[in-house]
Amino acid sequence: MHFAGIDVGSTTSKCVLVQDGEMIGSALVDMGIGTAGPERAYSEALAAAGAVPEDVACCVATGYGRSSWKGADQTISELTAHGLGNHFLFPDARTVIDIGGQDAKVIELDANGRMANFVMNDKCAAGTGRFLEVMANVLRIPIGELEVLAAQAEQAAPISSTCTVFAESEVISQLASGTPVPDVVAGICASVASRVAALAKRVGIKEQVCMSGGVAQNGGVRRALEQTLGVPIAWSSQAQLAGALGAALHACHKSH
Amino acid sequence: MAEEVKKQRTPPDPNSAKYKLGKIAADAYKDAIAAKERGEKVAWVSSNFPVEIPETMGIATVYPENQAAGIAARGAGTRMCEEAEADGYSNDICAYARISMAYAKLKSCPEQDVAMPDVLLCCNNICNCMIKWYENLSRDLSVPLIMLDIPFNPDDEVSDAQVAYVKGQFLDAIKRLEDITGKKWSDEKFQEVMENSCRTSRAWLAATAMARYTPSPFNGFDLLNHMAVMVTARGKPEAAEAMETLLKEYQENHETGKSTFRAEEKYRIMFEGIACWPWLRVTSTGLKGRGINMVTTIYADAFGFDYDSFDNMIRAYCKVPNAINLETARDKRVKLCKDNSVEGLLVHTNRSCKLWSGFMPEMSRQIGAECGIPVVSFDGDQADPRNFSEAQYDTRVQGLAEIMDSRKGGKTA
Repeated sequence: MHFAGIDVGSTTSKCVLVQDGEMIGSALVDMGIGTAGPERAYSEALAAAGAVPEDVACCVATGYGRSSWKGADQTISELTAHGLGNHFLFPDARTVIDIGGQDAKVIELDANGRMANFVMNDKCAAGTGRFLEVMANVLRIPIGELEVLAAQAEQAAPISSTCTVFAESEVISQLASGTPVPDVVAGICASVASRVAALAKRVGIKEQVCMSGGVAQNGGVRRALEQTLGVPIAWSSQAQLAGALGAALHACHKSH
Repeated sequence: MAEEVKKQRTPPDPNSAKYKLGKIAADAYKDAIAAKERGEKVAWVSSNFPVEIPETMGIATVYPENQAAGIAARGAGTRMCEEAEADGYSNDICAYARISMAYAKLKSCPEQDVAMPDVLLCCNNICNCMIKWYENLSRDLSVPLIMLDIPFNPDDEVSDAQVAYVKGQFLDAIKRLEDITGKKWSDEKFQEVMENSCRTSRAWLAATAMARYTPSPFNGFDLLNHMAVMVTARGKPEAAEAMETLLKEYQENHETGKSTFRAEEKYRIMFEGIACWPWLRVTSTGLKGRGINMVTTIYADAFGFDYDSFDNMIRAYCKVPNAINLETARDKRVKLCKDNSVEGLLVHTNRSCKLWSGFMPEMSRQIGAECGIPVVSFDGDQADPRNFSEAQYDTRVQGLAEIMDSRKGGKTA
């Protein structure tokens, strides 16, 4: 019996299938809510698992577009989904930092992996994946290269504005005054880390700390967060799928 | 083709508390307009100004905060805020103030028209933005401003010196009002108003305290509507009578197992902050749809005043929630949580109210720790609809429900 979890985000759609406690298929499509992305992610995950829709006993949706996915038997918040997904990937995790496309959240898990508390960003886009996207556009580089450039920095340039638009102006000023691009990129990563660290401190840092969501793949942000929080941060190459994985695990729990 | 069948609305029962309270709130606006037409003076009054003073003197009143909330709830918040912003008021300023400044200029808003003022009665025990708001109204409308300074109290009790400081201002305000309106203060009338105010407050506080029963005999969002009478009319005998009706109805609901919360009450929370008036239905249904009843809020209890003398009335106004220290304010909320078996706290980070929202991160952390309950906050605004995201609200409320479910042994997490 298969269980599906689909995470319909603002910029991407992710789907995971589990069977007997193991991931048997997954897909990630760079199209989010309001597109064919969720449907494609679901079909591709089924194909990856060699399954057909009839094999799926229960499907749980999560993410910003969770209510718009008509194929779900139930929805759960992305908070619970990332909590479950990360508890599966890191059984000792007590703090999960998830930076998504349009929000950032810090989730406290109890010893059993259940969500005990959480804090999310306020209405400001700073400290979210969207902030990184805007900055990558300003620098005219693919978002995936931010990590590579940040690693080449000699000294992170200060990007102090909490407003995305103001920070964009700061980045342009830094470039205009000749600051090397890697230093600017490191400053951008530090800016995100600083905003998210403030949220994490409000929840209270309990080790093991792990990072979830698409931004977890950005080593520049991860390292900046480790420095700011003073703790190592675990992450998985499947971090971006953690929400969908959590939804699939919930589908499985619900059915047993 | 089948004819559309419209659902008939049940006419309101004129003996119900809902009808009586709604009528008192609506009549207050009409009475002020009628008084103005008769050539009497009208006062615009801030919410925690002692209502006993204009009530004793028979002065018709308008409460700009209630007017702004009504305008926002009826969908005109953006239009009025933008009107004020076009005149140079920052969108960081309280949206009640922006709507009020816009109304002072336009003198018309079909969503809630009011009589224009001849005098302004302001008290800063609720916030300091109020001072500049009323100073600007005074300047723009060329009407006198009577300002009561009731400072923030860092101590646990109200000192005799503070009472004396405030009492001198009360007496001066009465003298000035006599000069402006030609109406006289009467100690006998004050005694009557005081008794009405206390009677109204006692019934109101007893009604809100009925939330101690599980399930609660009412939906906490009812309180947000009913409290308009507490703000504006608590010194009137009909307000006392209406509140006693409300209390009786809640007692009957409890005895018969009924509730105005029209869903299964799965979870009980405290709501912190002023209501998000432009999105009241969304914020309410987001909770009700998940079986979450907002059983208590300090915002409702804040307008219950019980005292037995002129000096103790002053003490009561020196102890309103926004004028007291963090520890005292926290303890009041912790008591509400414990008395009403609250399982979670939902905090409205109200972009209009820097004072209230500024101290909430620390206070809500302490409440959460003391009561052992999850604390969740969302961004919104008491009157500016542009500061709220429905999707963001929904995620937070679902997350809160999932934590509460998990604690009850549910399968959410």
